[in-house]
Amino acid sequence: MIVAGVEAQPSPFISASARPTELLRFTTAGSVDDGKSTLIGRLLYDSKAVYEDQLASIAKSGINRSDGPLDLSLITDGLRAEREQGITLDVAYRYFSTPRRRFIIADTPGHEQYTRNMATGASTAHAAIVLVDATKGLLTQSRRHTYIASLLGIRHVIAAINKMDLVNYKEEVFEAIARDFQDLAGKLGIANVYLAPVSALKGDNIVIPSSRMPWFAGPPLLEQLESIPVETREASGPLRLPVQYVIRPDSRFRGFAGRITSGILRRGDAVTAFPSGIRTRVKSITTFEGELDHAQTGSSITVTLDDEIDLGRGDLLAALENPPQSSTAFRSNLVWLSSESSRRRDFYFLKHATRTVRARIQKILHRVDMNTLAHVSADALHANDIALVNVETTLPLFFDPYRENRTLGSFILIDPVTNATLAAGMIEAPAESSSSSSHPPAHSSSRSPAAFWIVGRQSVAETLARLVQNDGEDEDEGRHVQLVSSREFGSAQLIAVVSVLQRMGTTAILHLDHQDVTLKQAVIAAFGEPCVFHADLPANDAEAVAKMLEWLHALKEEQGKEQP
Amino acid sequence: MDHLKELEAESIFIIREAAAEFARSVMLYSIGKDSSVMLRLAQKAFHPGKIPFPLLHIDTSYKFPEMIEFRDWYAAQVGVQLIVHANRKALDEGANPYVLGTQKCCGFLKTQALLDALAHGGFDAAFGGARRDEEKSRAKERVYSFRDSQGQWDPKNQRPELWDLYNGRHRQGESIRIFPLSNWTELDIWLYIHAENIPIVPLYFARDREVVQRGNSILLLQSGVKLLPGERPRTMKCRMRSLGCVPCTGAIQSDADTVPGIIQEMLAFRKSERENRVIDHDEEGSMETKKREGYF
Ligand SMILES: Nc1nc2c(ncn2[C@@H]2O[C@H](COP(=O)(O)OP(=O)(O)O)[C@@H](O)[C@H]2O)c(=O)[nH]1
Repeated sequence: MIVAGVEAQPSPFISASARPTELLRFTTAGSVDDGKSTLIGRLLYDSKAVYEDQLASIAKSGINRSDGPLDLSLITDGLRAEREQGITLDVAYRYFSTPRRRFIIADTPGHEQYTRNMATGASTAHAAIVLVDATKGLLTQSRRHTYIASLLGIRHVIAAINKMDLVNYKEEVFEAIARDFQDLAGKLGIANVYLAPVSALKGDNIVIPSSRMPWFAGPPLLEQLESIPVETREASGPLRLPVQYVIRPDSRFRGFAGRITSGILRRGDAVTAFPSGIRTRVKSITTFEGELDHAQTGSSITVTLDDEIDLGRGDLLAALENPPQSSTAFRSNLVWLSSESSRRRDFYFLKHATRTVRARIQKILHRVDMNTLAHVSADALHANDIALVNVETTLPLFFDPYRENRTLGSFILIDPVTNATLAAGMIEAPAESSSSSSHPPAHSSSRSPAAFWIVGRQSVAETLARLVQNDGEDEDEGRHVQLVSSREFGSAQLIAVVSVLQRMGTTAILHLDHQDVTLKQAVIAAFGEPCVFHADLPANDAEAVAKMLEWLHALKEEQGKEQP
Repeated sequence: MDHLKELEAESIFIIREAAAEFARSVMLYSIGKDSSVMLRLAQKAFHPGKIPFPLLHIDTSYKFPEMIEFRDWYAAQVGVQLIVHANRKALDEGANPYVLGTQKCCGFLKTQALLDALAHGGFDAAFGGARRDEEKSRAKERVYSFRDSQGQWDPKNQRPELWDLYNGRHRQGESIRIFPLSNWTELDIWLYIHAENIPIVPLYFARDREVVQRGNSILLLQSGVKLLPGERPRTMKCRMRSLGCVPCTGAIQSDADTVPGIIQEMLAFRKSERENRVIDHDEEGSMETKKREGYF
């Protein structure tokens, strides 16, 4: 017998610093030169997270902008070094631990793309350190950083007032900045504010209390990081379990796998499945280790249910007595991430929890001026803009407001053509949907809806979509074409999608793998018989496309005549 | 929830997410400690079902025999499909690190072989066991790392990743590398192996082995590693900190012959785990170069 595997032997003799502990994720924000790299370098160095060979390679680089023996900022590959090497300025993740805690730092560069990067780093963080240069006081940048932290739902913010050595460790300097910061945090509604006068360079108040600032009674920065409560708001919220995956090893077991995003899941609990609204009970909670009585927020588990109900990826299990909200329109904060600007009538993919739908920005309510934090109007969103918008989706989402549940309240927008991630959204509340309201529908301009019904013939559908897209006189017209495939949506969903497309005056190209008479009737009912192309197509692809284009031109001409 | 449980839950979430979103996924299996952990997480993700994707091992033919033995035993034990792929053409032409140099040899036998295997299997998603704490250029790596149709990584063209909303959309020919262990450190890996009793290749444990000192590295004298003029073999109690190819992976002197022993030793370590890998001595930033070309 070959025994290649050696089983690890459990032993009680593992020192305290090597035992599993709590995990805290935090992000750091600061402007260029505030000392962020030095601070992180200091935390990593003092907690011995930097190896000798890494230190040797820093020494070898010959760069030292600090007056100490070692330029700590280089540990994290300081901004300048990165720029010289032409490496992208991007969020970098760093790891260190103390006997009490494990830390993950989302280190966000403070200059270019700071909104995008900071939002990214803050999205998974539980706490934030905002660096303030003591010689400069609270500047516009610090306000921005604090604002973004609050927008992304961070409830614990530490203001690290750095370079205290340059102001002779004076209490008054610290006190003045601390007051300004408390003010700002209060206005932004940040629940927990911590303050630390530090010198990242000299190591004052980072790991051990500084003898040069005896007037400061609070704990040093690291101790503050070790004592911030790691419990999230979600942990005590109502049960939410988005279904990721269905596990069916055999006909006897049908499990729904997912990660609990809030609340506690208990065996025997009554739950509601969305979107179906069906009520059932949790029959078992299965894990590799065995069955559980209950599982807490953050656990990845698999549940089975008392009833055989139709449930799949994208669906949600929620507490019976405390259901999520549901809507096809939301007021959301949006951070625009892409260098491609937003377009008013574009359809995007919207990913929310485990579900992807189509969506568009129905209205930009205001943009936030990042210098003054004032609300200004905007027609389009550009890279690093933050705005409040109304978003409209083709299918209802089941959500909680972002401030209550970061997973069920957040979404991303994806470009359907390039697949780039364009924007990150945080849902505030349901909004009035343009289609359900009594307002005239979006296509009340000169645009009229039309639909093509194409069974099989995928390349015909795709060619047609491309040609119609390029055909429009103005750019806006051309963009108002939507290829929808039965591979993306089930037929019940397709009916919902089709009616939204009709209301928006879209030229909808519906591509189906198989004939579906019920759906076809629904499309004809929605668009009206004359506006739906569903004739037989010539066998030749080019001829088929030509025939459909001709039909569309004739239809538009007809519609043009009707309108004065 | 302690930090290992939290990392575990996050990794399982990532693995399930990718398995659900991609048409054909595959898990890169390198036989090392990180792969062992990743494989255990995949078992957990789909329990009581089977892992819904195959494992892929890129065999350079220079792996330690104990690794290959372990691989076949463990894949059978877990009950998962294993694909082994080698760059036959390059091997037939005699590719080896002595003639080609380490970088070029890796290029043919690892990177090219990997790209061929992915293309051949039509895989649009490949799980890898890389961690962000391993190396500078990895610190910015995404959980879903986008690769163009050549399998190449463009550090300037990665998608922003917020919350746990991963964007796996891609066009025909493009693919995504998925890193479920992104947030684990080397210590976490060992703590988890300890807590979960995960089997690992015996090369990780110290025992007396025949070695030769070459430059800064200690090489095991086996599988075609030959003494150069002037070199003397000796016996040393040593172990491997990470596993690779016989000619290009160095051992470390050590007494740690149990997992707790390894953990104790790790806490005292002052050198990063890549230090003893010959392959990374080529140049600063060599990892970034390799990644751009399509390596993990
Ligand atoms: N005097 C003093 N200088 C500091 C302190 N922290 C950082 N610096 C210096 O400020 C400059 C910018 O620091 P760095 O960490 O690169 O800033 P970053 O751009 O925010 O990452 C460097 O020359 C540092 O040595 C501090 O506490 N006191």
